[in-house]
This record gives sequence, C-alpha cells and structure tokens, in this order.
Amino acid sequence: MNIWLFLLVILMIFIVIFQIAKASEYVSVLKGEKKSRQQSNRINGFMMLGFLIAGLIGAYYCNKLLAKETLFPQGSASIEGEEIDSMFMLTLYITGFVFLLTQIALFWFGFKYQEKEGRKAFYLPHNNTVELIWTIIPAIALTVLVVFGLRHWFKITGDPPAESMVVEITGQQFGWIYRYPGVDGSLGKKSYKLIDGEASNPLGQDWNDVANHDDKFPTSMFLVKGKPVKLVIGSKDVVHDVGLPHFRLKMDAVPGIPTTLWFTPKWTTAEMRERTGNPDFEFEIVCDQLCGANHYAMRGVIKVVSQEEFDLEMAKLKPQYFAAFPDKDPSNKPAPAATPTADSATATVAPAVNAVASK
Amino acid sequence: MSDIAMNPQTGTMTVPDVHHDEHGHHHHESFVTKYIFSQDHKMISKQFLITGMMWAIIGGLFSVFFRMQLGYPDQTFPWMEDILGRWAEGGRIKAEFYYALVTMHGTVLVFFVLTAGLSGTFSNLLIPLQVGARDMASPMLNMLSYWFFFLAGIVMLSSLFVQTGPFSGGWTAYPPLSAVGEMSQGSKTGADLWIVSMALFVVSSLLGGLNYIATVLNMRTKGMTMTRLPLTIWAFFFTAVLGVLSFPVLFSGFILLLFDRNLGTSFYLSEIYVQATQSALPNEGGSAILYQHLFWFLGHPEVYIILLPAMGMASEIISVNSRKPIFGYMAMIGSLFAIAILAFLVWAHHMFVTGLNPFLGSVFVLLTLLIAVPSAIKVFNWLTTLWRGNIRFTPGMLFAIGFVSLFISGGLTGIFLGNSALDIHLHDTYFVIAHFHIVMGVASFFGMFAGVYHWFPKMYGRYMNNTLGYIHFWGTLICAYLIFWPMHYEGLAGMPRRYYDYSQWQSFKQFGGLNEFITIFAIISFALQLLFVFNFFFSIFKGRKLTTPNPWNANTLEWTTPINAGHGNWPGDIPEVYRWAYDYGKDGVDHIPQTQPVGANESHH
Repeated sequence: MNIWLFLLVILMIFIVIFQIAKASEYVSVLKGEKKSRQQSNRINGFMMLGFLIAGLIGAYYCNKLLAKETLFPQGSASIEGEEIDSMFMLTLYITGFVFLLTQIALFWFGFKYQEKEGRKAFYLPHNNTVELIWTIIPAIALTVLVVFGLRHWFKITGDPPAESMVVEITGQQFGWIYRYPGVDGSLGKKSYKLIDGEASNPLGQDWNDVANHDDKFPTSMFLVKGKPVKLVIGSKDVVHDVGLPHFRLKMDAVPGIPTTLWFTPKWTTAEMRERTGNPDFEFEIVCDQLCGANHYAMRGVIKVVSQEEFDLEMAKLKPQYFAAFPDKDPSNKPAPAATPTADSATATVAPAVNAVASK
Repeated sequence: MSDIAMNPQTGTMTVPDVHHDEHGHHHHESFVTKYIFSQDHKMISKQFLITGMMWAIIGGLFSVFFRMQLGYPDQTFPWMEDILGRWAEGGRIKAEFYYALVTMHGTVLVFFVLTAGLSGTFSNLLIPLQVGARDMASPMLNMLSYWFFFLAGIVMLSSLFVQTGPFSGGWTAYPPLSAVGEMSQGSKTGADLWIVSMALFVVSSLLGGLNYIATVLNMRTKGMTMTRLPLTIWAFFFTAVLGVLSFPVLFSGFILLLFDRNLGTSFYLSEIYVQATQSALPNEGGSAILYQHLFWFLGHPEVYIILLPAMGMASEIISVNSRKPIFGYMAMIGSLFAIAILAFLVWAHHMFVTGLNPFLGSVFVLLTLLIAVPSAIKVFNWLTTLWRGNIRFTPGMLFAIGFVSLFISGGLTGIFLGNSALDIHLHDTYFVIAHFHIVMGVASFFGMFAGVYHWFPKMYGRYMNNTLGYIHFWGTLICAYLIFWPMHYEGLAGMPRRYYDYSQWQSFKQFGGLNEFITIFAIISFALQLLFVFNFFFSIFKGRKLTTPNPWNANTLEWTTPINAGHGNWPGDIPEVYRWAYDYGKDGVDHIPQTQPVGANESHH
C-alpha cells in the first residue's frame, strides 16, 4: 500500500474523530454539565458490561484458537517436564479463578454502581475482618504454590541420576558445539586460550590430556530415549541460553562459568513426528538470551534416538583429535581427505546462519 | 530555594515577602526563567511530562518499526528505507538495527517515559500541592533533575546517529555482549553513549528522588500528619525511596561496565574468545553474572518505581470518582510499604536460569510470591472502593479502572514466572513479554493517563476533551488486550523473545498470522496515542476553561489553590489540614475537604 495514502486516510479519520469530539463537547455545554455527565456515565457503564462480556468470550475464543498451537497438546518430551506442566495447570486454575472473580467484580461494579440520581455512596472506610480474610487466603494459596514449585525445582536442579550420560554443549556467536566424552566417558580438559579454529580446535581442548583424544563432535545433539542426560553448558563469547522448549527446560551458557542441566527424553524424534503429525518435526535448541545480530538464527537440533541408533551414530564419528592431527588417525591412508568432522564442528552452524542472514 | 523554611513551632511555612499575599506580580520572570530554567515545581512537572511524551512517541514508533518486521518478515516496505536509510536497506530492517530498535524501545520507555515521565511529572506536580508546600525542598536541584534528564535524552538521541548505530544489546545490557565492541555493531560507540546517557539519567533520578523525600518528610503543612497524606503522596514517597536506594547500585554497575569497555578491567569478563577476530581476550576472573546482580538490584525495584505512582494515582482517582473513601487506607499504605521492602529482596528471580544456586533460587521464589499478598490486598481494596459507590466515569476514572484490570491480568502471570519451576520453561519467552508489558508497561501507562486526565485542569486550567478521552481509553484498552493476551500462547509454545524472524523455526512458524494480527493492533494503538497527544496539546490552548477551582469535588489540597496558581501555589497562607483526604459521603455529606475542621457532631471512622 502506498504509505502516503495510508497516512492520509489516518489523518482523515483523525479529523473526523476530532470534529465529532468537538461537536459533542459543544452539545454537552449546551445540555449542562450534569446532564451530559449522566449521559456519558450511562454509555460508559454499558461499555463496562460490554467489555466484560466481550472480553470473556474473546478469551475463550482465543484459547480455542491458540491452545492447540502451544506445546501442551504434544505433552512434555522429558519426564521432568511433566511435573512442570502439572505445576503450570495448578497455577492456572488458582490464578484463573482469581482472575475471573476480580475482573468480573471490577467491571460489574463499574456497571452496577454508576452514578444515578438519588444514589448515595456507601461510606465504608475499612473493615478489619474482611481485610484479614483476603490477606490470609492469598497467603495460603501462595504457600501451596511455593511448596509444590520448590519440590519440582529442587528435583530439576538436583543431582542427575548416576547412570546419566554426559554431553557438553558450548554456545558461540552464532551456533552450538556438542562434545561427547567418547569411550573413556570423560570430557578432556580445555582452555579458551587454546581455541584455534584453523587447527580444528574450536573448544580449546588440551591435547596433552589423553581424555581429549576420544572426544567426539557430532553436528546435532544425539540423545537416547529414556536415558537421563546431563548437559554441561558453556559459552565461548557472550551469554547464550540453551532453550529446550519441548523438554520444558532452559539454562544460560555463561563464559567462564559452566552450568549444568539434566533431563530424561521421553520420545524419539521419529515418535514425535508421528505424534505431532509433522514430518519435519525437530527438537530445536533455541538460544534464549540475546547474543548479537544473529541471535534469532542460533538454532540447534536434538535427535532423540534409540540406544542402538545412538551407538551406530557415535561409531560413525571420528574423534576431534584425529581432525587436529590427521597423522595420528590409524585409519588414515597416505592421502587423507581434508578433515570432515572438524569442518563440520566449526562450520555446522555458520552456513545455516549465513543462509538466514543473507536472505 | 532556601528562602522557604519550616517553622517548627507552628508547622507552617514561613516564606519571605516575595511569596506572600501579593501573588501575581512579584516574580518578574523572563521567558527563560518561567518556561526553560524554571524552578517552579509545576512548570518542571510539565517539562517532564512533555519531554516524556516526546520520548513515548519515539519509543512507540520504534516498536511500530520492529512490529512491522515481526508481522511481515517476508515483505519489504520502501518507505522504511526512506526514513531509516541504510538500516532498512531495500525496505527491510536489518537484524542489527532490529536489535537496536528493541533496545531503544525498552530503554526509552522504561526509563525516560515511565520513570522520568511518570514519577517526574506527578511527584513534581502533586507533592508540594498535596502536602501543602510552596515548592520542593530544593527547587534548584529539582530544576537540575530535569536538565540532567534532558541531557541524558540528548546523549541517547545522538547515539541513534553514530556510524555503527545505537546500542543493540537489550535494555538490560548484559555483558560480555555489551562490554566487547567486536561482539556486535551496537556494542561499539553506541554502547558507550548508552551508558553515559544512563549515568546522567541516574543523576537526574537521584536529584529528583532526594527532593521528593525531603519535601514529603519536612514540608507538610500544619496538621498534615503522615497518616493524613493522600495515597498518591505515599506512593511517590516509596517510589523515591526505592530509587534513591537502588539507582546508585545500577550506577556502579554501569561504571564498572564502562571500565571493562574502555580501561581493560575484568569485572565482568572472563575466558572470552572473539569469533569475529579469531582471538582470545586477556581478561580472566571476572563474572558476567555479577553485572546481572547489580543490574537487577535496581532492575527489579525499577518496575515498582514505575508501578507505585500509578497505584497511588489510581487509588486517589478511584476514591474521588466513586465518591467513597478509599477502602482500607492503612492497609493501602502497609501494602505499599511491603511492596517497597520486598522489591529489594527479589531481584534474583530474573536470574533463575543463570546457574544460580538452587537454594538461593528457592529463597527468591518465596520472597517473590510473597509480593502477591500485598498486591492482592490492593486489588481487593480497589474493588471494595468501587462497591456501592456512585461512580462518575471521567476519562481519568476509566483509565484508573483500566489500570486495575491490567494490574490483575499482568500480576497473576507474575505468579507463574516467580515460581522458578515454571520460570525454567517460560523464562525469556513471549509469556514474559506479555506479563511485563501488561503489568508494568500498559498498566503504568494507564495510571499515567489517568493522572493526566485527572490533573490536567490543575496543570492548565482547562479540561481535556472528554469524547476523545473516551475513544482513547476504550480503544487503548481493547488494543492492549488484543496485543498482549495472545502473546501468552506464543510463550507457551516456547517462542523466545528478541527474535528478528521466526519463519525458519519448526517450533514457532505457526504464529506468522498471529504476529501479523498483533502488529496491526500495535499500529492502531500507536495511532490512538497520537490522538491523545493531539488532545493534550489542543486542550492546553483551546480546551474548555475551568469555572471552579475544584472540578471533581475532591478533598485534597491541590484544589484549594487558584485555577492558575503562580509560583508559591497559594496566594495567601498555606491552608491548615484537619482530616484525612478521603471523607467522601461521610454522614451524608458528598465531600469534606481536608481544610475543613472536624465538626462537633461528626462521626468517627
């Protein structure tokens, strides 16, 4: 649409509204202040009632339209998230009740007690009994919410089960790097000063630590259905956030301060595709903390698979160590083909980001 | 102005002759001293209000720009390039500039509009008038408070025009993004200007706040005990206390950030590798989380700095227009006090997902949800004030009722977010945007509008146009709910804040249509605010003139001054106060002004 035409239309509407407003003011001066006040009182009183009814219908309709677009119909994809969902519903019932009670009272009183000839306002400065009641009842309701909330909170933030697998996830502008400990089950030491993208060392692994020699860098995060996973979260540059909406969890990635998060995936990606009816469904990792110009494109993918598929996937990967030192790779023939895993580790996200950014 | 002093014996103000009895010709004010470097609290409040309105238009326009991007991510608008130049090359806002717009929108509205524009306007206007003082404790500092604010605005405005663009790291300015120039274009010169501007703003707030506190405590007229103060004054008082105690912490946080940026210190920086230059920074041992603690130590009280004045004004306006005393006056003060105390003890609820110690987190959950108790008391008391009243729907009253509605809606979602177990899912999603825009953004705006419509006659001796006021109110209320209500659902889909484009995401692209819907109503809402601005300026010059000094039949002292009060407020002696401000409908009398002595047969409440 032509912007000038649009602005002209707006201006015309303004002028019309203004003329009406001016005219109505003249009329009200002619009618006398009291009479015009009574009239506008009646109109606004009915608007109060109308807004209340339209608002409640609107809220119902909005829920009907949008509730199915949220994550609730598909349920939590992690076992821990189920409790968050039930906690949410409990809070919703309590606040929903208060919401209806107070909003209906507010607009109904507005309508009911609008100024009328002969009505006298009821002089009521205070009443200790009712004030005490509506201090204590919210306090009790909130205590319930705090108790339930903290029970879940301590469970979620508590120690992960002993059998958990460990995955390290590191944020950088603008993508995620996933590191798996390999067969020795431990992640090797690293230092940000050793980071060297060109030498296939995006995380600054200390190659003197043998625990690093078998650490692997897949391009997506692979998790096993039903197996708890502990994420060790870090950042190379600014504060990012590992957002896992389907699992109902998130945790910041802070440079210099590692954080952790654990959960148990409930469904494989394939199962979710079936359950949601969306063949392109992915568990997306969302960056939830503003991290720069391409924050919105910092997408990661979690593939939840069965144990067999997971083992297969891991077996396919070469440790990053061999990418940094191709000559140490036992399977390397005299003519090695570049360093596929290394490139993918540093560059996985970059092309995706560029693709979006250059659009 | 040290020539105004309190007489401890009588409690009355003794003012040198210039202020006494001969109002009207004693000031010999030039244009500059009357309209620009004025020391009259009433003029300073108008300066704050009009400057705040200008900033509100700018900040609102920014939101229209970024809503265009969110509503129509796949379209181009050549006119945007006409306005924004290279920031919207080809008619589509660049990602970097999108973040600059988001950052500026937040900073401008939170600080310049809802802090300076709200508190600055109404604390200045109402504190001396309602406590019965001729001016602020220090009119000179008061004037400086405005001019530091103005200066802060100039610096902020200039940052829009620097080569690398305005700051784009969000209004919270978390380091390292805000501390290291290589991390983003906006973190270069724009960030320095942003910090300098905010530092100036803190100075302005402190000068204003100290003045408000001193005036409320020391300059009340005879008989105006603390428990006879209107609730507006209590609200402004607690607001000022919050600001004076928390802004210095923010100031130190910003100065350390400035050091990290320019002097090579490591307060917030540790173990950072810059992707853009492929190099590691030397900084070690700092903590990015330290900044968040310092920031939110102000940042959370700040939301109450924004909200409390709106609460105070809504209380007063609802009582006046219901023709009933505010229900539970002491409980209203008590709950304001409780909110003010708790405001300092809940800051870390913004940081539940930073890796905060879970036990510490649990303490903050408890304290955060505790705020719901005084908030609930306030809501119930407002409702009871309306109950069996005789309600007059002036535009001010409508906005006060709208404020209560929005405060309920937005306050209840705070119970979700304050519970860490839910916050870990909802943090930084659109649920948060919906929550704080309703409860702190729109609700406080409604409080501000209520105040402007209600006290406009006091400010300019004229009325604003009622019909435009009604259109403004109903239109804005409907738009506010249509914009922010559906956002809760986006949040429940996990949709993150501050994304430039959602169309690449499997999880969020289903909301394309909804985002367009929201954008349309955001634009309509913006247009309605322009209607208000028009009404405001038109009415200053052409509004219906006041014929009585007390147009709403209110009890408070500001309506005992002449219609156009000069510097010094009362031409004669300052009136004495004999009762609280809320004797409406007592013993069958419509209203009894505070200046009327208690009669022999009057009932006690």
